[in-house]
Formats: sequence, C-alpha cells, structure tokens
Amino acid sequence: MTEPNDKSRRGFLGVAAVGAAGLGVAAIAPGFHLIEVSQAGAPGAGVSNKVRWGMLIDTTKCASDCNACVKACNTENGITETVKDPRQGSQWIRKLDLKDPKSGLTHSLPMLCQHCEHPPCVDVCPTGASMKRADGIVLVDRHTCIGCRYCMLACPYKARSFVHIPLTEQNPEVPRGQGCVESCTFCVQRVDKGQIPACVEACANAEHNAMLFGDLNDPNSEIAQRVAQVKTTQVRADLKLNVGVRYQGI
Amino acid sequence: MMIQQQTQTPDNPAFYPALAIGGLISAIGVAAAFYMEHMGHHVSGMNNQVFWGLPHVFGIFLIVAASGVLNVASIGSVFGKKAYKPRAPLSGLLAIVLLAAGLAIIMLDLGRADRVLIAATHVNLTSVFGWNMILYPVFFGLVGLYVWTLMDRSMNRYSKAAGVSAFIWRLVMTTGTGSIFGFIIARQAYQSAILAPMFIIMSFAWGLAIFLIVQETMYSRANMELHPQLRARMKNLLGVFVAAVFYFVVVYHLTNVYYAKQTEFVHFILVSGGIFPLLFWGGFVLMGTIVPLLLLYVPSFSETKGSVTAASFLVIAGGLFLLFVFIIGGQAYPLDMFPGMQVSSSFFDGKIDSYTPSLPEILLSLGGVGIAFTGTLLGVRVLRFMPQDDAAKLKSAGYLHD
Repeated sequence: MTEPNDKSRRGFLGVAAVGAAGLGVAAIAPGFHLIEVSQAGAPGAGVSNKVRWGMLIDTTKCASDCNACVKACNTENGITETVKDPRQGSQWIRKLDLKDPKSGLTHSLPMLCQHCEHPPCVDVCPTGASMKRADGIVLVDRHTCIGCRYCMLACPYKARSFVHIPLTEQNPEVPRGQGCVESCTFCVQRVDKGQIPACVEACANAEHNAMLFGDLNDPNSEIAQRVAQVKTTQVRADLKLNVGVRYQGI
Repeated sequence: MMIQQQTQTPDNPAFYPALAIGGLISAIGVAAAFYMEHMGHHVSGMNNQVFWGLPHVFGIFLIVAASGVLNVASIGSVFGKKAYKPRAPLSGLLAIVLLAAGLAIIMLDLGRADRVLIAATHVNLTSVFGWNMILYPVFFGLVGLYVWTLMDRSMNRYSKAAGVSAFIWRLVMTTGTGSIFGFIIARQAYQSAILAPMFIIMSFAWGLAIFLIVQETMYSRANMELHPQLRARMKNLLGVFVAAVFYFVVVYHLTNVYYAKQTEFVHFILVSGGIFPLLFWGGFVLMGTIVPLLLLYVPSFSETKGSVTAASFLVIAGGLFLLFVFIIGGQAYPLDMFPGMQVSSSFFDGKIDSYTPSLPEILLSLGGVGIAFTGTLLGVRVLRFMPQDDAAKLKSAGYLHD
C-alpha cells in the first residue's frame, strides 16, 4: 500500500525540485540561486561515493554579530525547545569568536560537525548508530543510538549534543529524540532533494556569502575550485581526519 | 586433601536486615535511573560538555575493580600461591558481582536504556565500547566456569585451565576499559597508551581493597580471625599495588607534560582547576595513597586491628576521587580546537565547565554499590564462598610461620 504513495511522493518531490531548479535558472537575477542549484545533487539520484559533500567557510566574510546560520539551522531542524540550563541545550551549529591574545586579531566563524572522512564518532559508536554515508555526510541513526555519549567524548569539535529533555512538535523530516545524540546533518533532507543546507542559504540571504556548499570531488564545482585556489584550513588538521568543512582566513 | 569450607551460619541475625538495606539501596538506584530516563537527563548535573558524570565514575570503578578482585584467585590458581587458593571462589564471586553492578550503573544511565538489547545485537568492532560488549559477557562466562571448577570437586582438575583463561581475559578486559579513554584522540586528558596498563594496576589495588574488606567482614561475622601472617601478606600486596598506581599516575601526568600543548591541561588538573586539584591531592594522593601506605607499613599503625580495613576503605575512596578527577576533569577542560587563540561561544567553548551531581545521579551510583553488596550477600549465603585456611597445610607448604 505504501509503495505507490512513496513513489508518487518521490515523483512529486522530484518534479518540484526540477521545477524549482527551472525557476532558478529562469530567474537568473539572484546569482547565488543558480550556483546553489548547480552545487546540489540531482534529486532522487541516490547516494554515491563519487560525491564528497563539503563546506567552505570564508571567515573574512563572517560577521561576528550575525547569527543567521544558527537561526536557520534551528528552524530547519526543529531545534526550538528551551532548556533551563543552556549547557544542556542542543547546538548543531554555533558561532565561535576567536581572538589572538598576542596580536588582537579576531575571527568569527560557524562551527558544526566537520563531516570527517575518518570520523572518530563513527569509530567509537558501540552500535554503529553513528555512521558516514557514502557521500561523506556523517549522521546518527535515531533508532540505534543508545545515548551512551561516547561519540561526544570522541568528537574533537564539540559538534554533538545529547537531547536532555522530551521533545514535541518535531520537523517530520528531521527526527530527533530524547536520550539520543545528534549533530549537524548538512541538512541531508534538503541535500537529497537537490537543495543546499539551510545555514548556507541563510548566510547568502544575509548577503554575507561566507558559506559555500558543494561536491569536493567534482573538479567543476565552485567549492572544489576555491579549495584548489586559496589556502584553506582544516581544524585540528593534526588529527588527520580529512574533514569536509574547510575554513578560509584563519 | 581439600580445605573444608563452610557458608555463613544460616541463623546469622544480621543477614535479613542487611539484605533489606542492600535491596532498598539497589531499588532506590533503579528508581532514580527510571526517573532520569523518564524525565530526561536534564534532571542530572550532566550537560553537553560534561556528559559523563558520577554514574560513570562509580560504574567504571566497579568494572575496573571487578577485574582486579579476580587477582586474588589468579595468584592462587595461575601463580600457585597456596595461601590464596581458598580465597579463589570468593574472588570469583566478587568479580562477577562487581562487574554486574558496574554495568548496571552504566546501562541504566544510557539515554535510551530501553535499547540495551541493541547494544548487544549491533556491535561495531571499531569501537572499544563495542569490544566491551564481547569482553564483559565472556568474562562472566569464564569466571563462572572458573568458580564452578573451583567449587565442584569433580571439576577441580580443570581449575588451572579455567583460571588461566579468566586471568588472561581479565587483562584483556581491563585493557579495553583503559582504552575507552586511551583511544580518545580529541581530548588532552586521554589519548595515552599508558592508560591501559594504568587501569590494570588500578584494578589490582581497588579489587584487592574490596576483597580485603569483604573477607574481613565475613570473618568477623563468622567469629573467625584471619591468620595475622596471611593478613600481613595481603596488606603488603595492597601496599605494593597502591604505590604502583601512584607511580603510573605520576608517569601519566609526566607524559602529558612532555607535550607542551598539554601543559595547560596538567596545570588545570593539578594546580588551578579548583575542585579537581583539591580532589587529586587531598582525595587521591593524601587520603587514597599516603595515609593507606602509612597504615599498611608503619608498624605502630599496621599492627593495630582494623588498619588493613581502614586502609582498604581509603584506597577505594582514593580510587573514586582519582576517577572523578580523570573523567569529570578531563571533560570540564575545554577542547583546544584553535591552539593559542581565545575562544568563546554560546556553547561555552573555551570555558572550563563545572559539574555538580544531582540527587538521582548520586542515588543511581549508590544503587550500583547496593547491587554489588546485595549480590555478594546472597552469594556467600547460598554457596560456600567463605575462605578458610588450613593452617597446618599452609605451614607445611612454608607459607605460614608461627
């Protein structure tokens, strides 16, 4: 019974995404829309290891007083709950303010799951709930996470959060659960529909364009070309995790 | 000729009150875990920076001690020290009971304790936790088999083989427990090859301390007295283990200091970190190491009745303090993602966190101790775990001199 519905739903999503892409091309005027569509995967194409989704963050364009990426992430992923102790709240993406105490130089940048090629969280997860998709996106299987928090101990980026309270009114596309660990998914529900992550879109909408999303394996993608042209940094490069999120300007 | 053993006297009036107290503490611990499970971990003192709290300190302590308490049996069966052989069954019982209690705490603290079967059926072999899903059940099985070979005369001939297997397995298991932290590359406190052997030596000390307390209590309840020379041997062994733990802890901190980037962390843990240096120096070094060593080795103390038991209690307390500093302090210190930079964020990056255990966590932790206590009480009641020494045999073997 559900199969035809699934097919029709997928078909609808596919048509909708292609239609949106067509509109984007037709509209051309806001240039980043065209880039976004070309950066995202073809809807319904399935997950392939030929793709390595990644993100390039230009810290020179990231404004310290801007929180658009964080707000967009929270809205997209239904992170709306309030927790009495803020240390117990979930943060899939957060803004870091860095200051070099010697020179006084400051940076502002978003920190999120770095979607490592060799993710320590996946290595240590006892049940295999922490996993890496073929296209490099690191996820947590909400059904097999037992909430042991070992992945949080292993993550060098403090990118993971443990859900401390019961949750209601979730986004159906982004299941979350009390007692489970969660982190940035690169908005996998959007990427699989050919869209870009909500944070990247919000950054562009705020006219900062500090975040670029795309396929690091595709030499024609903007991100691959930028990474090839400018010096980028992997946070904790000493750990040799080959992260999917690169920073420029730090 | 077998050494005759006997159970506790069946009409011991203290048995049922003790069972009731142990059962009540265990039940309160389980209820506290259910409360946390139902309400969510926001009722705990844990958060997204310090996400392993007091239950992990107690749980890991009991798991490590479970391995170490088997040492008493191993010294008898594997290394042939006859004075320890009558103690092997009790040693095996305590190993099983302590591991069960430690695992109960860890499992009950899971965010989704109801999914514990998933942990058993979905094993990721790249995970040290995943290894433990294999290491612990096999440990139960091997020690159970070992105790069977010790207590069933028809099986006695297999006790050496079972004892060697259990001995090797417990070394592997505690290597696994130490490696839970040793393989963590992200944090300054961990990622050290020394942690595996350090956990093994910690298991020796903590396990023996627990054994000595249980043995002393059982003898006292049965109106028996441990032979002074045997007590002297065992307390000397405890002293050696306590000193060895201290040595490993010193080397662990020294190796951290070797790496310049870890100096700030070591300074935090040992000097500037508030509660953590206090617990390290006052709790572990003074209370858990120096005072027990004085009690064990200074004649005016060591010849006093109760000094071994007092030293054992202090070693256990010192071990808990050490684990608290190691586990909680290691998380409270912020991750160093951008060396040399000052970092701040809404997620408390760059900030030293604090942790205060909540009542449910304390009750769950004590509940684990209650489970260990109750299990031991029931075990020694129904089976012959009481160690008895055949003095004549020991003397003829050259282990006792009047």
